[in-house]
Amino acid sequence: MSSRKAILGAIRHSLGRQRGDGAEQAVEARLRTHDRNLVPQRGCLEGEALLSLFSSQAERIDATVERVATDAEVPEAVAEYLKRNNLPPRVRMAPHPDIQALPWAEKAPLLEVAEGRADPQDLVSVTPAFAAVAETGTLVLHSGPQTPTTLNFLPENHVVVVRASQVVGAYEEVWDRLRAANPAALPRTVNMITGPSRTGDIEQRLELGAHGPRRLHIVLIAEEGDS
Amino acid sequence: MASEEHSVAPPKMPRVGLFVTCLVDLFRPSIGFAAVKLLEDAGCSVVVPSAQTCCGQPAYNSGDRKDARGVARTVLRAFRGLDYVVAPSGSCAGMICEHYPKLFAGEPEEAEAEALASRTWELISFLADVMKVERVECHWPARATYHDSCSGLRELGIRQQPRQLLGSVEGLELVEMAEAEVCCGFGGTFCVKYPEISDSIVSKKAENIENSGAELLMAGDLGCLMNMAGKLQRRGSRVEVRHVAEVLAGQQEEPAIGEPAKQVAK
Amino acid sequence: MQSTSHAFKQNAHRALHDPMLQKAMGHVRSGFIDKRVQAAARLPEFDQLRDQAKAIKDHTLAHLDHYLERYEAKVLEMGGKVHWCATAEEAREAVLSICRSLDARTVTKGKSMLSEEIALNEHLEANGIEPVETDLGEYIIQLRKEPPSHIIAPAVHVNKEQVEADFRRVHKNLPPERSLSEAAQLVDEARQVLRQRYLEADVGITGANFLIAETGTSVIVTNEGNGDLTQTLPKAHIVVASLEKVVPTLEDCATILRVLARSATGQEFSSYTTFSTGPRRPEDPDGPEEYHVILLDNGRSSMLGTEFQDMLRCIRCGACMNHCPVYHAVGGHSYGWVYPGPMGAVLTPSLIGVEEAGHLPNASTFCGRCEAVCPMRIPLPKMMRHWREREFEQHQAPAKARLAIEAWAFVAKRPRLYRWATSLLIGALGRAGRRRGRFRELPLAGGWTAHRDFPAPSGRSFQARWAEQQRRGRASR
Repeated sequence: MSSRKAILGAIRHSLGRQRGDGAEQAVEARLRTHDRNLVPQRGCLEGEALLSLFSSQAERIDATVERVATDAEVPEAVAEYLKRNNLPPRVRMAPHPDIQALPWAEKAPLLEVAEGRADPQDLVSVTPAFAAVAETGTLVLHSGPQTPTTLNFLPENHVVVVRASQVVGAYEEVWDRLRAANPAALPRTVNMITGPSRTGDIEQRLELGAHGPRRLHIVLIAEEGDS
Repeated sequence: MASEEHSVAPPKMPRVGLFVTCLVDLFRPSIGFAAVKLLEDAGCSVVVPSAQTCCGQPAYNSGDRKDARGVARTVLRAFRGLDYVVAPSGSCAGMICEHYPKLFAGEPEEAEAEALASRTWELISFLADVMKVERVECHWPARATYHDSCSGLRELGIRQQPRQLLGSVEGLELVEMAEAEVCCGFGGTFCVKYPEISDSIVSKKAENIENSGAELLMAGDLGCLMNMAGKLQRRGSRVEVRHVAEVLAGQQEEPAIGEPAKQVAK
Repeated sequence: MQSTSHAFKQNAHRALHDPMLQKAMGHVRSGFIDKRVQAAARLPEFDQLRDQAKAIKDHTLAHLDHYLERYEAKVLEMGGKVHWCATAEEAREAVLSICRSLDARTVTKGKSMLSEEIALNEHLEANGIEPVETDLGEYIIQLRKEPPSHIIAPAVHVNKEQVEADFRRVHKNLPPERSLSEAAQLVDEARQVLRQRYLEADVGITGANFLIAETGTSVIVTNEGNGDLTQTLPKAHIVVASLEKVVPTLEDCATILRVLARSATGQEFSSYTTFSTGPRRPEDPDGPEEYHVILLDNGRSSMLGTEFQDMLRCIRCGACMNHCPVYHAVGGHSYGWVYPGPMGAVLTPSLIGVEEAGHLPNASTFCGRCEAVCPMRIPLPKMMRHWREREFEQHQAPAKARLAIEAWAFVAKRPRLYRWATSLLIGALGRAGRRRGRFRELPLAGGWTAHRDFPAPSGRSFQARWAEQQRRGRASR
């Protein structure tokens, strides 16, 4: 307790803090209104242009993006992705209704599907996203009973299923959605994921798959009608 | 003073005080004469106050603000009553423009320092940005490269102006060296306080100069030029080193930096 | 970490004569610089964002006490704990105490310069707890028992062959005939070896790039995913962060994030930018059960309100050292402590004293490239000059240098004396140098002539010739 008092006291002394100088109100106000600063033009797009930007940005940083028209196409897309990459037909899914509701048994009958947090032996995870940011091809995922964080990091291959309605232009739009969905508190972990894991620590050469997933595959579902 | 696009016409016959700089005054007067020629050709009336010595940078950068102010006061005194003050050096001009106001903040001379700062210019940017000189009448056939001295580049925004004027020199082929904007390692007292590190930096600069294929090296600061010339010559390089003002003024009879005067046949 | 900053010149001498280091530093000169330029070019608003980032931090620092209080309140509300530590020692003890309370045997670590600053690893080891660095660069230097040489690429001074040698030496259980000549193979091996350590660790320690007051959140910015495995798998997540990491809101954090990765590596955004708020929620299937924030002062509060306050805006991107000709020449270890390059030259004297670290702000040409690329617009050369001023006032600069400056100034303030004294000097030099035009050796200028020739002056000053010209001009009228 005494260090807290000493540190705050030292700060106030250094700043020349006076009682009633309005500092506390200024802080209250900024925290309450959480105004946006400059938002780059780049993400100010809509519709197809927005989805295209998201795709191209994600591909630029070594994610792969596959666009499908309907939910029904997702299981097959995932099964094909595993085949293309010589991966055994086995995935660990997030126990999330968006993923569970997909027609796995019907459209990808040979695919072994398990749910829950990641087991160290899992090679492939399939998760939903909370949002996707076109500005930099960034996925936003967060922890929760239906979305274990380990699914985003332990397996070597991470497949993320994103809906067109989840794609926004800039990070600020994600904050608005997060606050609306979680008014009391942010989830324990919010991951902004931009491409697969990488390192440049050996002679500044870029290598993928350092500790997190080596591959990040995004299945983007277009939507019919309103998003 | 950043180089801005002035839509204003150049001043008529301005009274320009030449701030010679201690290095030019003591080590290479030809740069001073080149500056006078360029200024007069551009339509200026040039005076050279005799009571000037140094801009005070050595003391300032060594942390001796008191002595820096003392030396700077001689500059304030010597350059009163002129339309402009021009120096053939980005670092000295930068010292006056950017640092004099800070040096004299809260001092009695504050206003005078601000006033002087607002009328002080580096030579090449003065010619291009104020006097609107676009070309020089000069013939100098050579493959040449230009080093961007740090203060001129980063404090005063001088990059395009010397290249534009050099572009008008007949026969001069300007090639860019790699890393033209990287420091040459002079840094005032740095080169003698940390000589090994300075040598490492100037060696890389010399390599880039040699690899550019240029036979002539130019820059706008004599400290940088002496440093680079000294290194090139120690390496046995044949590259000639001159101040950009000397080339623009066509001073071909003058020996290059570090070269002996030619023997005149009697 | 024990400082050798006082031996900067000797450190630099060794570094300049180390061919493997010089080769490694060549990668820094090209890679980072070009990538930053490209990233800036792809974002038209980049410079405006830098200005906004500066404004956010300035505002925060001016209200730091209130923001820290609000931050703490939020962390507590989320079920986390905040440990205020005035000194490095207190911080070390706080971390040890948490580890002990959990009977921790191994601790995984995400990259944290602050943990270097407080010498955390040594303290844990001395108390029977094994810290395992998981960032590949940090892992490599942990094997080599070296400190980091760059604040975001800690093993930048190490070549591929050296890494291979270290891996073979330490990973004894792996088949000796395996190939490790490719970078990809080295990365794979590290992934393999460290995977088990992640799963076994009792506690995970990370730093924080930001602490968000609005939500009580700590943010880490990584590319490997090591920080995420470190903070998600173990029973407890400890965040070690200094006071000035606070930013007000999520929006403010986003603005600074936009300039961070672009300035550091030229990426638009790092692979993993992770926001952690408290321990796991009761319904969460994974995540740490405990969340602790070690909030460290260690000299920051005394930088506030001084001419060094601007340094507290630093977001540890490394752009300054990536562009510094001195850093390129001597590498990070020469600086002798935790923080190298221009930001190290300004920060280190604040933290360990200018008596110990004085060389750092002196070993600069003031080329200004650092300030030109700093995303937070920190006037680094200006603050290095302030350190030189402090040294001068306190008579800590070397006596010879001080005398030389005072002598020069004495003469330069007196134009007539100046003219007389200098004409003697350059007259003599001019005569001596006339034949060759330059000197290979010059007494009192050994620092120069050891490596360069010294161009000879012509022998007469400009002022003397000008005066003569004016006289002749008047006489001829």
